[in-house]
This record gives sequence, structure tokens and C-alpha cells, in this order.
Amino acid sequence: MTDAPLLEMTDIHIEGRTGDDWVPIIKGVDLTLQRGEVLGLIGESGAGKSTLGLAAMGFTRDGCRISGGKVMFDGIDLLASSVGTRRDLRGSRIAYVAQSAAASFNPAHRLIDQYTETPVVHGVMPRAEAEADAVELYRRMQLPNPEEIGFRYPHQVSGGQLQRAMTAMAMACRPDLIIFDEPTTALDVTTQIEVLSAIRDIVAQFDTAAIYITHDLAVVAQMADRIKVLLRGDEVEEAPTREMLAAPKEDYTKTLWAVRSHQRAVQPAARGVPLVELRGITAGYGRVPVLKDVSFEIHKRRTVAVVGESGSGKSTAARVLTGLLVPSAGEVLFEGEPLPPDFRKRSREQLRQAQMIYQSADTSLNPKLRLRALIGRPAQMYLGLQGAALDERVRHLLNLIELEPDEYIDRLPSELSGGQKQRVGIARALAAEPKFIICDEVTSALDQIVAEGILNLLDRLQAEFDLAYMFITHDIATVRAIADDVVVMQSGKVVEQGEKADVLSPPHDPYTELLLSSVPEMDPDWLTRLLKERADIADG
Amino acid sequence: MSELWMMIGKRLLYGLLTLFIVSVIIFGASEMLPGDQAQALLGQSATPETLAALREQLGLNDPAPVRYWNWLAGAMSGDFGISTSNQRPIADLISGRLYNTMFLALYAATLAVPLSLVLGLLAALWRNSIFDRVANASALTSISFPEFFVAYILIVWLAQGGHFTSLARIRENTTFVQRLDMTFLPALTLTLVVTAHMMRMTRAAIINLMASPYIEMARLKGLSPLRVVLRHALPNALAPIITVVALNLAYLITGVVAVEVVFTYPGLGQLMVNSVADRDMPVVQAISLIFASAYVLLNLLADVLSTLSNPRLRHRR
Amino acid sequence: MTFLWILVGLACLGLSAVVLGWLFRFPLVALTRGELRRAMRGAPLMASFGMLVILIYAAVALLAPVLAPYAEREVIGAQYLPWGEGHLLGTDNLGRDMLTRLIYGARNTVGIALATTALAFSIGALLGLWAAAVGGWVDTVLSRIVDALMAIPALIFSLLLLTIFGTSIINMILVIAAIDSTRVFRLSRSVAQGIVVMDYIEAARLRGETMWRLITREILPNAMAPLVAEFGLRFCFVFLMISSLSFLGLGIKPPTADWGSMVRENATLISYGDITPLLPAGAIALLTVAVNFVVDWQLHRASGLKD
Repeated sequence: MTDAPLLEMTDIHIEGRTGDDWVPIIKGVDLTLQRGEVLGLIGESGAGKSTLGLAAMGFTRDGCRISGGKVMFDGIDLLASSVGTRRDLRGSRIAYVAQSAAASFNPAHRLIDQYTETPVVHGVMPRAEAEADAVELYRRMQLPNPEEIGFRYPHQVSGGQLQRAMTAMAMACRPDLIIFDEPTTALDVTTQIEVLSAIRDIVAQFDTAAIYITHDLAVVAQMADRIKVLLRGDEVEEAPTREMLAAPKEDYTKTLWAVRSHQRAVQPAARGVPLVELRGITAGYGRVPVLKDVSFEIHKRRTVAVVGESGSGKSTAARVLTGLLVPSAGEVLFEGEPLPPDFRKRSREQLRQAQMIYQSADTSLNPKLRLRALIGRPAQMYLGLQGAALDERVRHLLNLIELEPDEYIDRLPSELSGGQKQRVGIARALAAEPKFIICDEVTSALDQIVAEGILNLLDRLQAEFDLAYMFITHDIATVRAIADDVVVMQSGKVVEQGEKADVLSPPHDPYTELLLSSVPEMDPDWLTRLLKERADIADG
Repeated sequence: MSELWMMIGKRLLYGLLTLFIVSVIIFGASEMLPGDQAQALLGQSATPETLAALREQLGLNDPAPVRYWNWLAGAMSGDFGISTSNQRPIADLISGRLYNTMFLALYAATLAVPLSLVLGLLAALWRNSIFDRVANASALTSISFPEFFVAYILIVWLAQGGHFTSLARIRENTTFVQRLDMTFLPALTLTLVVTAHMMRMTRAAIINLMASPYIEMARLKGLSPLRVVLRHALPNALAPIITVVALNLAYLITGVVAVEVVFTYPGLGQLMVNSVADRDMPVVQAISLIFASAYVLLNLLADVLSTLSNPRLRHRR
Repeated sequence: MTFLWILVGLACLGLSAVVLGWLFRFPLVALTRGELRRAMRGAPLMASFGMLVILIYAAVALLAPVLAPYAEREVIGAQYLPWGEGHLLGTDNLGRDMLTRLIYGARNTVGIALATTALAFSIGALLGLWAAAVGGWVDTVLSRIVDALMAIPALIFSLLLLTIFGTSIINMILVIAAIDSTRVFRLSRSVAQGIVVMDYIEAARLRGETMWRLITREILPNAMAPLVAEFGLRFCFVFLMISSLSFLGLGIKPPTADWGSMVRENATLISYGDITPLLPAGAIALLTVAVNFVVDWQLHRASGLKD
């Protein structure tokens, strides 16, 4: 029996309900997994990765159904077996690790109670034994205070630790198979490293088979033996990790590999009066300062990337700049003149000069307004355009963002794709004819290829309209692609700033070093090498 | 822990403040009346001298804050003043009726709360089943019925069939069991009205909860549906359920008015309706204060209980 | 035995509602187009039944003088006549035609409830949206006032206020509208609060839009769906409240034909086993049920078809 695959899914069809109709989500995918093997499942949002992963447990979310195919787990036909059989397998032989550990732990119970529940209910071991085992697994997952951490409630533990505790919980019955559903997507890069290495170690130690679902190629390269690429519910290709990284066969896979090819031409060095300057800004909510003495400048036609992890204060800096948050100390200067700290005190002209593009086009475009009104309103307000002139202007802007005016001018945001919505956000900012645009994580909600298109567009517009950008991002790849200058922030302070070439090449500030080295690379040996390097440094 | 008690203390203080404001509003209402209590007691034909004497006796010449204080202090000790329509002390009018109303409301609550919680839970569990649809449609229907319609339907159906009495004539020597029998129809009316609300809200609260990722996680751990609901959903549903129950018990307070009139049940609601018709301000004020206090206290209790049931607040970082 | 008959009766009523709803869906689908048509096609049978009932009530209210056999206050015979020729549903306590009173009741009761709801809504919704959009102390002050007013149960508060101002129709409309506007305020404020945190509101603020434009162009269109549903719910509430007050003798008073007071005036018949007084009560219930079914469907649609 040992040669038979552990999991064999054949010709899986899954449908989801929208209104009264059933729409296919997975269109006939095969999947085979040997014992102890890790399969990476990769694809963009909407590719059906999670749906397929859950189907491996014979499970579908509400509003979905498996309409065809067969799931064989260790000789058991999951779809044909009884509800009781499937329930016995779940948790004990097939376990699941969810994307958001914070939401997937029950807030009403302690970690240890949730850990021991599975082995006790499935009759694998009594509670006392399970508790002792939990401590052992917590230790192996490199959790701090393994003896005590289990007695805390989920809200008392940090996100990265919760994700490791959830992996330990999945391991409780030593399952044959674990489904990891984007376990590090919600984490910062520096935290991600710890979780990735802990997961990889424990899966190897117990020789557990795993399906690792993610949209991040570099991450899956570290974790998986084999990679399967999905696109809109169909399989694109499947190959061993090294093989696929070295020579992807299909065009779609190649485009995935080729992203972030965008490279910005080196701009002449900045001089003269900066267009925008933050000088000694200290600001916060209530008594807690989020920004401490932050200063940086942005010059005409240049792109400044402000990089940092969540909580670094990079978005707060943007709020101070726009006047949404009044700083307790310091000032914002525009072309050498101080701006009133509160946006309500700024003149219309001052408001016009600085525009903003938001991370999520879904929440930044009024869903009840058509593009004509969305894009036209700033032009109408600031430039006083009316009637035919306004219509002409909106059409021109639509052309600039590569949307056919006749087709799109009377559409609602809900009738656009994610990338198109973000383009409309750009057009709205351009409509004011500003000198300066703040881009707040504009590409992080988009799939990689779409994001690439947005970066290209922004670059072209910058040259055409002499724009300066402040680019807020947590993604080093984006920084490499688009920035002239880089500002690195950590817990409300600027730790390093300067031209991109200087900041991104050694010698580094220690935090910049940590941040840069934590970004996964497309090399399957990267994580191993990095951990070894860090261990060497720690050993001295 | 101390932070939690601080929070509860704050909530209690806030509740007291609300009670205070409510009492000010109720007292202030009478200030808007043309004429005063002495005029109302003695009628239009009273001489200026007798009016002045009575004003002096009732303390009506004092400034408003003093009169408010006297009224509130009296109310606290059970003295609500004198009815303007029949010159009797309001405390005498109220005491027996207060007990009757409380009895009816509690009776209805004991029937309604368990019934609606179970129905709501089942509807949520068997979502979109025939049971769920029928229960939902009937609940929506019964919410839409005015209380007196429900009451008369029950009278036509049950009382005229000779099963229960439609007039609840409570006497001194009525035993508890007789009382239960006599007040069955009014209690049933209230139950029907409140159950529908409570059931729908319980269902919504549970369904809302069942969509959360930790419920999916519990199912993926291979737990039985019963265990998922009892151990994973219910502890988190306490707060919404407590709120639902309190809200509807508070609703009982107003529902009682029309029902008491239909069944000529000697409770506070009936007295209030008569007093409004007679424009007997002191009595209306007294009953408003009692009803409003019960309402505020119920909401306060619900808030405190749901705060206590929240693990995030019980176990601080 | 009676119990069984009542159950059978209820089942028949429910079934005929479903059948009527099913039949009414055809003209609904035929007469609408586009987005609306798709919505109508997916409408649950009970909602379609609700729309039919609302339509009939509206027609009866508008055409009351044409439909009614007699004048609203005309005495046509002895009091409490049984159902029969010339007075289909009998006569009331003063010998007026019951059917005529019922038809005019549609106009009076529903009309007054509608006016009251509209008044409560214009005050409550405007203030609620404003409070959420402005925030700061305006919001705090308004919310505290509303909290205090809402701490007194609605019916009790209205009884208290009616004692002070006296029981007349206009007083009742004002009192109920004032009390109800606090509930509308609460809801529209919380709906708007969900909207004002959106980035597009921030973008509009940063653009320098005026408060009026912010409320009417950016917030209101997005708050419309829950507000419309709330209007339906509020109408039911106001309608039941007015009917209850009228039933208690404190609302709409004779000789104006009104369903609540009709129940009160003729309640004695019930003890003789005559169900005529239940007809106006049933008329109240049927309209509320209808509105509730439609609102329920709309709320379900607005919530994004979660289940």
C-alpha cells in the first residue's frame, strides 16, 4: 500500500452559487500527493486555490458544492463516504491551517483547550497527555514560553505566534496531511520568516504531507517539493519546484515569473527647494505618538518610496501630509511655504496640488457614482470646467488611463475589474492637475500582472505631467521597481533615507538589513541559506 | 480583572445618570402643562384663596429643582403624591396593580424566553429548511399583528370555546394556581407577540456567528454539529442573546398596556390609559417612572452581563 | 375540534397567500424591465404577495369615495345589524355601515400613519446623517439627547406627552413623529458612520466639498437601501402605534373612520361571538404583514444574499 498515493483527486468540479445560478469555480482539476510530500498550490485571487484545498478534506464552504470528481484519501472515497467517516478523518488524519489565525481561533477558549479538543474528541489521547504534547509542539514551533503560552486566550497572543500555535494545533493528532491556506499572507515579512521556517521544520520532522496554498511564488519555492499553477479554476501546469523555477513551460507561468521586470530609468539628482517637505513631525492619536520627529523631502519629478512594516507610521505620515491628522510638533512645507496643518484651513489651490490614490479602489470610489462624475468632479471643482469642456476632459483622462471613453464613461465602479478601478483612482487624482500624488499601497490589493501595468502607467504619467510621487509600500520589490529615493521607517521613526542605490546596497542600517533580507527570493535554497547566515551571525 | 470592573462601574454610573435624566424628563413634562396640580385637584371653580392654600400645602410655590427633589425623594420611598382625578394617594392605587403587572410580565417571559431561544436556535441550525421558512414567515406575521388583534383572536378561539376565561378578575383570595389559569390568555398574547421578535433576533445572531472563520475551523477539526454549536458558537453568542432577551423583556413592558385593556386586567397599564384620558398627571408620571426605570434597568443588566461574557474583556492582555 | 379547524384555516390562508403571490409575480415581471425586472423575478412569493396587498390598499385608499356604498359618517340603520343585504358587513355601534367605515379607514389610518412616518423620517434621517458626517461635539450632543429620549419606552413616552398636550390627531402625529425620529436618527447615524469611514468620503473631504454636498451626493446615495427598508419598518411601527392608541381611545377619535377605534367601538360584539370587530384589526394586521414581507425581502437583498 505504501506506493499508492496518499491523496488522489480526479477530475474535480466545484460550483458556487451566485443568485439562482451555479457557476463553476473548479473546472476538472486532478491532484496527486504522495506521503510526506509538500505540494505548492499557486495562483492569483479567484483561481480557486482555497476551494480546491478544502475539497481535499471533502469540505465545501456554504454556497458551494462539489459537482463532479473523486477524492481518494488513503483508500477512502471521501465524497462517497458517510458524514461520520469524513468527520472522523478531519482533524485527526487531515488537518487545516487557516489564513487568519486571529479569526480562526475561538475567542472564548484558551489555546490549550482548543488544542486538546481534537485529540480528545477523536480519541487519540487523553487530555493530560495532549496537554504535555502541546507544550512539546509549541517548543518545536519555537514559541516563547511553551509551558505557559497555551493558557492564554487568542487575543493575548501576537499574530505570528498565533499562526504557529495553529500549526501546532493542526499537528496535534499527527495527521497524514495538512492543508496550509495562505498561512503567512497576513503577516509582515520579518514575522513571515519565523513562521515559514517553523512550518517547514515540523512538516519535515513528522514526515507529514502538505498542500501549501499561496499567491507568493517566492514563498512556495521555499516550502514545496512540487508546484501546481491554477488559473480561474483550471490547472495551467505542474512540475517539481526546481524544474518549474528554472524552466516554466506555459506562457501564463512565465508571466508570473517575469513580474517586477519594470525598471525605472535613473533620474538626475535632486536639488533646489523640495516640492514637499516634512520637517520634524511628531504626531499621534490620543497621547500615544505614532510618528516621532520624522523629516524627509520630496523633489519635483521624483518618486520617494516610504517603506516599513505595519505599525511603522508610514500611512500616518501621509495623513499628516494631507492635513487629516494635525501633528503635535513640526510642519509640512509645500514649495518652501508652510501648509496649514488642518486640511480644512488649506486653500482650494493648496488642496488641488496634492492628490491621493488609495490602496483599495473598492472603498475609494463612491459605488453609486458613474465614472463621468467620479473623474469629472475634481475638474469641475478646481478648474471650473462645465458641459462639453468637462465631458472632453473626462474623455481625455479616460484615454490617458487606457479605458475607451465611449464604453466606460457611464459605467459604475462595480462594472469594472480591480485593475480598471485603480486606474480610475489615478484618473481622478490627475483630473485636479496636481504637482504631487500620494500613492498609498496602490498595488498591494492587485494581482502581480495587473500591478505591473499600474506601475508602468504611473511611471509614464510622471514623465508626461512632471509629477512627484510619495509611494507608501511594504513591498521591497515595488520599491526596487519604482523609487528614486527611499525612506525606511520603523515604529514611527525614519531609520534610513537616501537615494535608492545607496539605501538598497550595503552597508545597511540593521533594520534595513533585516527588512531586505527577509524578503523571500525566487530561489528554493534562499530560506535555508538565510537561516544559516543568521545562525552564524548569532553564534558570532 | 480590575479594568473589567472599572468598565462595569462606568456602565453602572452611566445607567444611574440615564435614570436621573429620565426622571427629569418625566418631571419636566408636567411643567409644560398649563395650570398646576392645585388647579387640577380643585377644578376650575376653586377660589383663589383655597388654591393658594393648597399650593402652599403641596409645596407648589417652591422653585422647580426643589419640587423635583421632593417628588423624586417621595417616589423613592413609595410616595408618589395624590391623584388629581380621585384624590387618593397614588401609592394605594399602584401597589396592587404593580404586582399584577409584574406577575403578568414575568409569566409571559417564562413562557416566551425558552420557547423563542429554542426556536431561534433550531431555525438557525436548519437554515433555509421548510421549518426555517415557516417559522420565519409566521414570526414575521405575528410581529405585524397589533396586540389587541392577537388578544381578540385568542378570546374568540379559546375563551369562547370555554377553555379559558377572557376576563381576569383577580381577587384577594385568588390562589396562585387560579391566578395562573386566569391570566393564561393575556400571558399567551404577550408571549406570541414577543416570541416572534426574539426568535428572529436569536436566529440572526447565531447565523451571523456561524459564518465566522473559527466556526469553519471547528468543523474542519471534525467536531460534531452539536459540539460546534454548544462549545464554539454559544459562548460567543451569549452577548447578542442577552441583548435580544433584554430588548424583548423591555418590549413586554409596553405590550402590557393594550393587553391589560383588552382583558380588563387590573394592572398598571390599564390605570395609565385611564389616567391619560382623565389627564391625571401625577399618576401618569408615577407609572411612566416605574415603566421607564424597569426599561433602563433591564438594558443596564443586559449590558453588564454581556460585558461579563466577553472573553476579550474578561482576560486582558 | 375548534383547534383543528383553526389550523386548517391558517394553512388555507397561508397557501392562498402563496398562490396569490405566485400569480401576482407575472404582471410584476411583465410590467418592469432591466434591473428591477430581474429583482422581481427572484422575489419570494410572500414578498410578491405583500406588494399585491400594498397595491390594493393604496387603490382602496385613493378610490374610497367611489368604492364605498355610503358616506363616511352616514347612519343607515339600527346599531349592530348583522351582515346582510344593503349592509354587507352589518352596522356599527351607531348604525353606520361597517364596510363603508372600513374603506374610509384605509384612507384615514394609513394616510395619517404615512404622514407621521414621513415627518419622523425627514427629521431623524437628516439629523442622523448630519451628526455622522460632522462628528465631534455636534454628534456627541445629538446622540446623548437621543439616548436619553430613547431610554423611555415609546408607548409610555407618547402616553406621557399626550397627557400634557391632550389627545388630538395633530398632537398624536407630532408626538409619535418626535419619538420615532429618535429611532430613525439612531439608525441613519449608524448607517452613515459605516459610510463616512470609507476612503471615498475622505477623498471628498480632502477635495474640499461642502458638508451639504458631502451628505447629499456622497453619503445619501449609499445609505438609500437601508433607509428605504427602515422606512418600511418604521411605517409598520407607527401604524401599529397609532392603531393601538386609537384602540385605547387616545388616538384618532370618532366620527373619523379609523380601524383602531372601530375595534374599540364594536368590541362588545366579540363576547357575543360576532367576529365583525376583528375585520378592522385584521385590516391593520394584513397591511403590516405585507409591508414587513416586502421589507424583509429588501433587507435580505441589501445584505448581499448571505444565506
